[in-house]
This record gives sequence, structure tokens and C-alpha cells, in this order.
Amino acid sequence: MMEYILLPTVLLGIMLAITGLIIVADKALGSGGVKKIIINGSKEIEVTSDDTLLTILSQNKIFISSACGGKATCGLCKCQVTEGGGEVKPTELPLLSALDKENKVRLTCQVKPTSLTKITIPEGLLTAKEFKTKLVKMVDLTYDIKLLDFKLIKPNTMPFKPGQFAQIKVPGIDIVRAYSIASNASDPSHIEMIVRYVPNGQASNYVFKALSVGDTVTLTGPYGKFFLQEQSKRDIVCIAGGSGKAPIRSILARLKEQGMTRKVRYFFGAKAVRDLYYTQEMQQLAKEYPNFEYIPALSNPLPEDKWTGATGLITDVLDRMTGNLAEAEAYLCGSPGMIDACIKVLNKHEIKPVNVFYDKFA
Amino acid sequence: MVSITVLFEIFIASLLPFNIALASILGMCPLIAISTNVTNAKGMGLAVVLVTTLTAAINWPIYEFLKWSGTDTLDLLVFMITIAASVQFLELAMQKFLPSLYTAFGIYLPLITVNCIVLAVSLFFVNYDYGFLETVVFALGSSLGWAFAIVLLSGIREKLSVIADLPRGLKGKAIAFVLLGILALAFIGFSGIARVDPIQ
Repeated sequence: MMEYILLPTVLLGIMLAITGLIIVADKALGSGGVKKIIINGSKEIEVTSDDTLLTILSQNKIFISSACGGKATCGLCKCQVTEGGGEVKPTELPLLSALDKENKVRLTCQVKPTSLTKITIPEGLLTAKEFKTKLVKMVDLTYDIKLLDFKLIKPNTMPFKPGQFAQIKVPGIDIVRAYSIASNASDPSHIEMIVRYVPNGQASNYVFKALSVGDTVTLTGPYGKFFLQEQSKRDIVCIAGGSGKAPIRSILARLKEQGMTRKVRYFFGAKAVRDLYYTQEMQQLAKEYPNFEYIPALSNPLPEDKWTGATGLITDVLDRMTGNLAEAEAYLCGSPGMIDACIKVLNKHEIKPVNVFYDKFA
Repeated sequence: MVSITVLFEIFIASLLPFNIALASILGMCPLIAISTNVTNAKGMGLAVVLVTTLTAAINWPIYEFLKWSGTDTLDLLVFMITIAASVQFLELAMQKFLPSLYTAFGIYLPLITVNCIVLAVSLFFVNYDYGFLETVVFALGSSLGWAFAIVLLSGIREKLSVIADLPRGLKGKAIAFVLLGILALAFIGFSGIARVDPIQ
């Protein structure tokens, strides 16, 4: 009988004693002191916690984009750490290029700030904010792609450039996923996004199975260096695949407002007719503006599709249908494989690398 | 008081014939995962030596207390807690006093919390009924033996990756297991030179 009391008491006693010791040690030895983070040489943040840079920055309302949520797998949360931050960790190495290492670029989700840490982030990120929004519309575009329409509540506008992306925060599991903004940048009170269902994707499962119209959703943004170069007058080649139509749709909306003065050819790659969406909207646009041409290309049209348009891989169609691109600009959005293959084709047609803009999503 | 010869025998026995990696086949996950180059293997080995010796030294008086209070059935649970806590403590202390060593250890130190040899050494001293000094020497020998094994293995793997033309199916972890087997066979050659429970 005695030991039923004795055993738990001893175990509990030891656990409490050790916890106490660790807490005392943490107070006495811990990094405890104030750590200073200097951003872009001007803004200062002081922290006492032992969190990662990514967490600290987001607590301070500076939202560095991160698709994996701090697991060092997406490589999006890069930032230049010019001083402090310790050695580069083995977990970061696979995601840092030689150029990154030279420029002291690190993954903010892996860096723990030291007593004085200096970082440089794009000024644009300082403008990215957190937004409370309400989902007002959800439309099925294809069997696995949905259009979401968020009305911004607080703050009530998100000024963005056509082509940029925002992030959806999945409630409960605290992960964020990036989706391009598909709506017209002239209406910053609404944000539309195109989400494709990924069988094991935590965010897309949330969107497809849990989210319903009327829900409150937290978005952060806008992010990204992929946006329409509005001051340029060059001809444009747009290439998209899957849900990559989103940023191009936003870009086209802006071009349409400007009267479609630039020649635009839009290649969209899909497998079969059931993967196509916004076809009518695009055809209507092509009818209104002779400068705009929409070329959907199917790689595997089904017999029942009775497809008469272009067939073949998007790269082949692109190769076949484009001439010299030395004076053109290209906007690409799709999977990394598709983008890399398309850039090769564009290079073959003598496009200047500075005029190629792309948004890869995995 | 235990004699120096007994301590020396325990040290040699735990280092060679009873090598914890190659005879007891313990601590395999880090042994396979971190033995791709010698630098990392040395770091991991050093961290294991430090943590194993320290935790065994901490666990011995705690086990004496458990025996005294008649609750020695709790040893496994209590050892796990003390190991986790002492690794955390070590990390804090190193970060404060030896920041360069702390960065050198990098991710290895926290990884060791889940390394089974740390726990195994603490459970072995219970089995062998060791005193404090014997425990410390045994822990030092065992962990040095493990470090020795991982450095040996990583050296061979590093060299193989440069000079050997391995078939695809044998690359990486597969060849590591084969090498480990050969190393273990070689270590059988040490058997008989010393015992972990010396005849006194």
C-alpha cells in the first residue's frame, strides 16, 4: 500500500525539483538579456524571448513570407543578416545558393537573434500588414480549383501591385500559405484568390473542407517582386499553368484599364478541357481588344473534349507560336518545372533575362 | 575504494570489446545519419562524450536516492527526466560561458537528448552495480567508444564517397550498414582483453 503513495510522490518530487532547477538556471544563465534587432539600419526591435527571427518579426507585425511555416523546407523566408545571428545552420544549407551565402542571406525561421542582430529586408515587407477579412464569395472554377473573394474589414484596403501575393493564415494550426491575388488592383477593398486542391495540403484542405462563406479569415500581404512593370511599353507574353492564372488575371485587369495599349499574348497550359477556367472571360477580352490574344493549350485533351485549339506541352506551343522576343516582356506563373522549361524556350527566342518575371509555386 | 586497475579495465572494456555502438548496437540513428563526414562525426562524438559522462554522474546519486527510498523501480522514468534536463542545462551554460563551443555543437547537443546510448549507459551502471567512480569511468569509456566508432565509420564513408564506384543500391545508408557490420566483426577481435565487470 505504502508504495502506491511513495512512487508517485518521489517521481513528482524529482520532476518538480528538476523543473525548478532548470527555471532557476534559465533565469541565472539564460540568454535572458535584452536582444536588439536593427532592421535596415533604422527600425529597432528589442526582444527578451528566445524565439526565431521569423516569429519575432511577425510578432512585430513585419510579415516575412513563409509557405512552410518555419520548417526550413520552402526557403521563402530569406533575409539578409548582416550582423549577429550565429553560424549558418545545416538545416538552411540546402536552401541557400552560393550567392545567398556570399550576401549573408539566411532563413529567418532558423536564425535565433544574438545580442545585436542587424538585418536587411526589402522595404516592401515593412508595408505588409495583417488584415482581418470576411469571405464573401466562393466559386468552383473547375473540379479542383476555387475562387475565393475576401472583403477586407480591418484595415479595409490592401493596396497591392497586380501580380503580388498574400497569405492565408489557417486557424488552429497556425500555418500560413501564399496565394496570388487574382483581383483587380484598382479595388483594394477586395482580395480574390485562386486555390487549387492539393490532396495533403493543409491550407487547401482547410479552404476546400472547412471554409465557408461568411467566415472571418486573417490575411497578410501584399508580398512579392512579381508584378506588372507599368511604366514599360514592351509587348507582353504571359504564361500560366494550373492555378497560376491568378496573378495574370490581376495583371490583365490593369492592362485592360489602361486600354490594352501593349500587345499581349497569353499562353495557358492545362491537361484537358475540365482544367480550363475563365475561358469565356478571356475570349471576351480578346474580342474587345485586338491587341490581346488568349491561347489555351491542352497537353492531354480527352476524346469527349472535341478540342480544336492548340495541343501539346505549353513549352512546345510557346516555341511554335512565338517569334523573336528581344523587345518583349514575359510574366510566368506556375510550377517550378514548367517555369524553368518555359524560360529555356523564351531564351531561345532571344528574350532579355531582365525582362522575364516569374512566380514559382511548389 | 576501487583500485586504479579495476577502473582502467572498465575503461578499456567499455571502449573496445564492449563498445556500445559495435558490440551492443546502440545509438544507431545518429551513427548512421551523421557519419557522412568526419568533421560532423567529431562534433557529434564530442557532444555525446560530454553529455553521457555528465548525465551518468548526475544519475548515480539520484539512483542511490531512489534505492534508499525504495523506489528504484522508477529508475527508467527518472533517468529520462534528468537526461533531458541536464542537456537543457548544459545548453544554457554553454550558450552563456562558451558561446564558440555552443555554435560548434550547433544542432548536435539537443539531438543527443534522444540518443539511446545516454540512457543505456545510465541503465547499465544499475545492472553492473557500479560505484560512482566506476560509473563515471564506464560512461566516459562507452561514450568515447561510440565517438571512436562514428569517427571510424565516417572516415571510411568519406573516403568511399570519393574513390569508390558503388552500385546505386549500395550508396548512402546501405553501405554504412555493411561497413558497420565489418567494423563490428573486427571489434570481436578485442574480446577477452578486459571485462566491464572485472573480477576483483
